[in-house]
Order: sequence, then C-alpha cells, then structure tokens
Amino acid sequence: MQPLLASPLLIPLATAAMTALLWSRPVAQRVASVAGAAALSIATILLLLEVAGGPPLVGRMGNWPAPFGIVLVVDTFSAIMLAIAGLKALAVAVYILGSGRASRDRRGLHPLFHGLLFGVCGAFATGDLFNLYVWFEVMLIASFGLLVLDGTRDQVEGGIKYVALNLIGTSFFLIAVGLLYGLTGTLNLADLARTVPTVGNQGAVAAIGLLILVAFGAKAAVFPLFSWLPAAYHTASMPVAAIFAALLTKVGVYAIIRVFTLVFGYDTGFFGPMLTVVAMATMVTGVLGAAAHYDVRRILSFHIISQIGYMLVGVALMTPLALAGSILYIVHHIVVKANLFLIAGAIKREGGSFALGRLGGLWAAKPLLGLMFLIPALSLAGLPPLSGFWGKLAVIRAGLEAEAWLLAGVALIVGLLTLFSMVKIWNEAFWKPQPNPHPVIPLGRMARFGTYAPIAVLCVLTMTIGLWTEPFAALSVAAAEGLLDHDAYIAAVLGPVQAATLTETTP
Amino acid sequence: MEIAVALATGIVTGCSVYLVLSRHLIRVAIGFVLFSTAANIAIFLSGRLGPMAPPVVEAGAGALAADAANPLPQALVLTAIVIGFGLVAFTLVLLLKGFIRLGTVDADDLRETDRPDNAPAAVRPAEPRREAA
Repeated sequence: MQPLLASPLLIPLATAAMTALLWSRPVAQRVASVAGAAALSIATILLLLEVAGGPPLVGRMGNWPAPFGIVLVVDTFSAIMLAIAGLKALAVAVYILGSGRASRDRRGLHPLFHGLLFGVCGAFATGDLFNLYVWFEVMLIASFGLLVLDGTRDQVEGGIKYVALNLIGTSFFLIAVGLLYGLTGTLNLADLARTVPTVGNQGAVAAIGLLILVAFGAKAAVFPLFSWLPAAYHTASMPVAAIFAALLTKVGVYAIIRVFTLVFGYDTGFFGPMLTVVAMATMVTGVLGAAAHYDVRRILSFHIISQIGYMLVGVALMTPLALAGSILYIVHHIVVKANLFLIAGAIKREGGSFALGRLGGLWAAKPLLGLMFLIPALSLAGLPPLSGFWGKLAVIRAGLEAEAWLLAGVALIVGLLTLFSMVKIWNEAFWKPQPNPHPVIPLGRMARFGTYAPIAVLCVLTMTIGLWTEPFAALSVAAAEGLLDHDAYIAAVLGPVQAATLTETTP
Repeated sequence: MEIAVALATGIVTGCSVYLVLSRHLIRVAIGFVLFSTAANIAIFLSGRLGPMAPPVVEAGAGALAADAANPLPQALVLTAIVIGFGLVAFTLVLLLKGFIRLGTVDADDLRETDRPDNAPAAVRPAEPRREAA
C-alpha cells in the first residue's frame, strides 16, 4: 500500500476532522481548510506524475487479495480527475476566504466541503462497484448539507427537490449492484470486466447496464434525468455552486465512462447508439434551457447539462480519439465552469445582483473582471485559441471519423448557441449601461484577494491549456488508451496468475 | 422460497413507487424508505436463499463449509441500511425545516424558486406571466 495512493482520501478526511475540531475558531478553520486543500492539490499532482502513461497503481486495502478485499485503483484517467479535483479544491478554498460570510463558517461549511472532496476523491480512486456506491453516498450527504447551508427559503426548497431526486437515483444504483452481484458473484471492477462478458444471461446483463446508466445518468445530469440540477444549483451560495459545478456531475460522468468502457465496453452495439442519443439530447436541452433564462446562475447551471453531452461522446463512440477528446473536455470544463461560477459570485458582489435585468455597466466599472469573464466564457463556447476549442475539436473530429454526422453536427450547433448565451451575459451585465445605479461597497484587501486570485489563476490555466495543448492532449490520449486496454487493468488489479486461476468465485 | 421473496420485493417496490409519486412529501419520504428496503432485499436475495449453515469457519478448518450462507451480501446490506438510515434522517429533518420555513409539505407548492427571472427590459414579455396562487 503506497502512501501516495491513499493520500487523496486521507488528506480530505483529516482536514474535515481538523476543521470540525476548530468549529468555534473561524480563522484557524479557514487556515486549516486552505492548507488541507493545498496538500490535496500537491498530493494528487504527485500521484498524476507517478501514474501518467504507466500501468495503473493498485492498493489492496487491509492486504486482502484483489477480488475479495476492496482495492484502490488509480490509472491515468483517475489520476487526471484527482489532480483536477485537487486543483479545484484549492481554488474554491481560497475563494471562500474572500466571499464567505462568517456565519457559514459556524454552520460547518469547511468540514462539509472537505467531506465532499473525500467522497469525490474516493469515487475517482476506487476499483470496486459497491465501494463506489459508498463514495457516492459520502459525496451526496455532504452535498445535501452544503446546499442548504444558509437555510434560506430558496435553499430549503431547492434542497428538497435535490434530495428527493438523488435518493431515487442512488437506490437504482443499489439495486443494480445487488443484481450484478447475484449474476456474477463479484463486485470488483476488474473481476467484473473479466466475468461479465462470459455470463450466459446477456439479457439480464443489458438490463443491469441500463439500471446503472439511469443511476449514473441521474448523477451526471444527462437528459432526461437532469431536472434536479437547474432546480437546486442556483439556490446554493457561489463557492458551493462552483465546487458542485466542477465536481458533482463529473463524478457521474467519470462513473459512466469507467463502467461502460471497462465492464460493459464489450457490448458497444447495444449501449453505443443509446449513449449517442442521450448525449445529443443532453447537449440540445441544456443549451436551449440556458438560452431561455436571464439569471447568471441559471444560465450557467443549464450550460453544465449541455456540456455533459460532449463528455459522453467518447463513451458513445468508444474510439481512442473520442475518449481522449472527452477526457480533455472534462479537464477543460472543470477549470472553466467552476471559474464562471466564481465570476458570477464576483459579478454579484460588484454589480449587486444575479439577474441580468438589474446588472449593467460592469465593463466600464471593472474592466479586469470583464476580461476575466471573457476568457472562460469564450473558452466554454469553444473559440480558439482557448481550452474549449481543443476539447470540441477532438470530440467533433472523432464524431466525423466515426461517421456519426448527426452527433458532430449537433455538437457544432450547440457550440454556437453556447456562444449566444455567453454573449448575452456579456451584453447585459458588462456592456449595457447600469439601469439603476446603487452604491457599491468596496471590497477589503482580503476579500479582493480571495475573490480574484482563484479566478485569475483559473483564467491563466485556461489559456495554458489553450496555447500549450500538447502535454494535456498527450495525457488525455494516454488516459484513453488506458481505458481501452482492459487486459492491463485486469492484470494490474488481479495479477497475471490470479486472472487464470480465479474462475470459480460465482456463488 | 426465492419466488415468494422476489414477489414480495416486487410488491414493496410497487407500493414505494406509488408513494414516491405522491405530492405529499412525507409520503415521498416513506416511499423512499420502502424503495431502499426493496433494494436491500434484492441484494440479500443475490446471495441466494435456502437452508444454509451459518457462515462461520469451524475451528481447524481453512475455509467455509460448502453449504454455508454467503456472508458478503449480508455485509453489503448492513452497509446499505446504515447509509439509508442516515439519508432518511436527513430527509426528515429537511422536510421539517421546509415545513417551518415554507409552511408546506405539498410538492405543488414548492415553486417559489421557479418564478420567472428578472428579464432585461428589451426582451421582457409585454404581459408578465401570472403566478399560480
């Protein structure tokens, strides 16, 4: 058991415990929170450097041999997700310094935040289906708490909708886990990848695959299971919304990609067309929903849904290029989307509102904020040379190569509509004159640093991915090849000897 | 035996779906409790039922007896029950909070956050949409 492998789990857990102990000391709590997030960020980047391009790193919990005990498996894809989660954690932890009301510290913002990271990192690192369910629940319960943190009427109402729909989603996952165990006698992902194709009753396997798709789809907010997301996200406070937007749905996407490449990947004929339709419908409904709204938070919430569609293209087409495109897209999206939510918070602080009707004149008042909005906004729409361009390019090119003309066409048009929404925010919030001027309280030095430093760093990162794409693209391609190389994954987890001898584990 | 339990699970699932589709949020919560119970029974069934020996390794033996029950689904169900309990407890507290803050447990009344946005004057519809009472 390498300590580096367990560190993405241990650091958030320790930080959550630490911040809970410091409950009544807000300053110490904030210091511990930022320090924990920084440590997580460093550990995950070290892990990525260790794993990138090589075989998966496997840790057997309690030293039980692979299919019997729980394993942590970090391959290149997991390591990329962990590294980007660590980075996001740091950005949001710093942002909380600037924007957090002191009352939030006393309601458990920091312990819940690190509890959420604990669940997210666990979901990225685990190699066991039931364990994945447990991590989902850890993440879910922390997100419930975060969502209703301020206890306002809107938050309670959004929270009820969010909780109700997510509870049903996880129950579907639980049923699917039970049925899959009944069929194969194992829940280890590598072992499942080995046994599921040999199961006689393939009809039952397909049904379980659909149940899992529903469960993960509800997490990832794909069409038609997305309704919890626009009902809840715009009620959360901005740092919370940013970390939700960056990580929650992406865990669902990660789970879909992992399970439908590794376990159900042999049956692309059945799941491929279905995922293609889901991806297209998700892109279109998301972007149309965004076009209809005039609240910055709601526009951004609907765009999350729309972008999930692009991330599913890889697993729908199941070609190395498409998967690499999806992974690059996820990285770009996590950086850009969370940044847009942070900027929405800054817009609210500088302009006094989230509603486009009441905003205006921010370009004249805060040109730097305008510039920092334009970078991620245009990147989201996919304009070169920003990061979104390369993600979209890879995804659409993969669609054309696979002769999925409709998919590629829809992806292009949705990109245009995204541009429309972003320009709408730009025109209303930044360009038009301020409709009802009101005195703005200038931010203190600490608040200004906390608010703008993470935004600026994420903007630079977006530019870096856009202008110096080579290492990021190479990493995505390596991750995609790792996803399609089932034998290497199975051998790394079960060991080459065990893979041959463990054939009679079925109950 | 398995058929009977499977049928019972199906009936419980049916009841839970009926309750979850209700507008009354307490019924939805009870429906969720039933749904997770059905899921737990489904996991338990996946370990197969029957007259089996307890899954205890005899002194001196290296492994379980051939007819021993499968302990893994029981461990999974135990985990799932604990998690489900936590989620239900949170849900009930949230519903209570909702009742205090919003004064309702009817899903149809939860539309305050869905009110139309404050649209800019240029695109605002001439007649503002009337909210349902």
